[in-house]
Amino acid sequence: MTGRVALVIVSHSAEVARGTVDMVRQMVGHEVPIAHSGGNPAGGLGTDVASILAAIKTVWSPKGVAILVDLGGAETNSEMAIEMLPESWRDKVVICNAPIVEGAVMAATEAAGGGTLEQVRATAEELAP
Amino acid sequence: MAGERMTLDTAMKKRLIAAAAETIFAHTEELSELDRAIGDGDHGLNMKRGFEAVLADADNLAGKPLGEMLKGAGTHLVMTIGGASGPLYGSLLLAMGKAAAEPADIPGIARIFAEGVEAVRKRGKSDAGEKTMLEVLLPVSRRLSAAGAEERAADLAAELCTIADQGLESTRPMRATKGRASFLGERSIGHLDPGARSSQLLLHAVCDVLAPQLQTEKAGAA
Repeated sequence: MTGRVALVIVSHSAEVARGTVDMVRQMVGHEVPIAHSGGNPAGGLGTDVASILAAIKTVWSPKGVAILVDLGGAETNSEMAIEMLPESWRDKVVICNAPIVEGAVMAATEAAGGGTLEQVRATAEELAP
Repeated sequence: MAGERMTLDTAMKKRLIAAAAETIFAHTEELSELDRAIGDGDHGLNMKRGFEAVLADADNLAGKPLGEMLKGAGTHLVMTIGGASGPLYGSLLLAMGKAAAEPADIPGIARIFAEGVEAVRKRGKSDAGEKTMLEVLLPVSRRLSAAGAEERAADLAAELCTIADQGLESTRPMRATKGRASFLGERSIGHLDPGARSSQLLLHAVCDVLAPQLQTEKAGAA
């Protein structure tokens, strides 16, 4: 399959989400499609299902999308967003159980090398405590 | 003889939405205060934002069949709350909406509610004893499911509220193992769970609106 696994960064903080993308870009440039979502619908700290959904759609890759999250609500809201995707997409989107910054950098490196969705996820999750 | 059955008209649905929103608005600061003790302090404002969106759409929602109204309200909560309580309360209402059928008697309401609570359990990957909203929802659902079609609605509603109160209080000595409060470990002990408090508040609001309605319909049918 052509293309790369895409990444979505979901943080409670827009700045953490943006900063994580910056760190990933420094490692892999623009080889890996990456989008981010940070902050609640009112612009404060939190997460936003609609914005997560939009981020997944922006970077959608037939090879799959790996999501990196920070705290609990980011995971729950990401799960909700995945359920709102077209049915044929859902099993190609996974949430990685990994620290958001380190996990994103590791996942991006694997994705840039042409890794599959499962390989990208496994690489990120090697960092899980 | 048939048990008490209920079909909610538009005015009743509006009252239900208004009552749920009002109790959240009246306790916004308290919910955030509880959340500041063991979480990130945003539960009150998040719930307020969610119920503002539901209330703003009340005329539209109240005009729909019960199932569609619940799903519509659940979607608003999912899309606007911005914390874990969005998907949790959203899943509760979405699953209740899917299960809803009118007119509903007490066993019917019990089935609808049980579907909703099961969705919360799955979404939160949680169960009883973990200091969450489930400490209120699960015992209420169990009692409701055990109720017979002939039970007096007002008595049952009062009992459900008492069970919700006890469920809320049971979270105080618990140690949190789910959600942000779990980071505090032993220090989460001694505080009420904010999600259990919002669940208990909403349950009181819903019972206060529905119980008299069920009584009236029975009187009308007799």
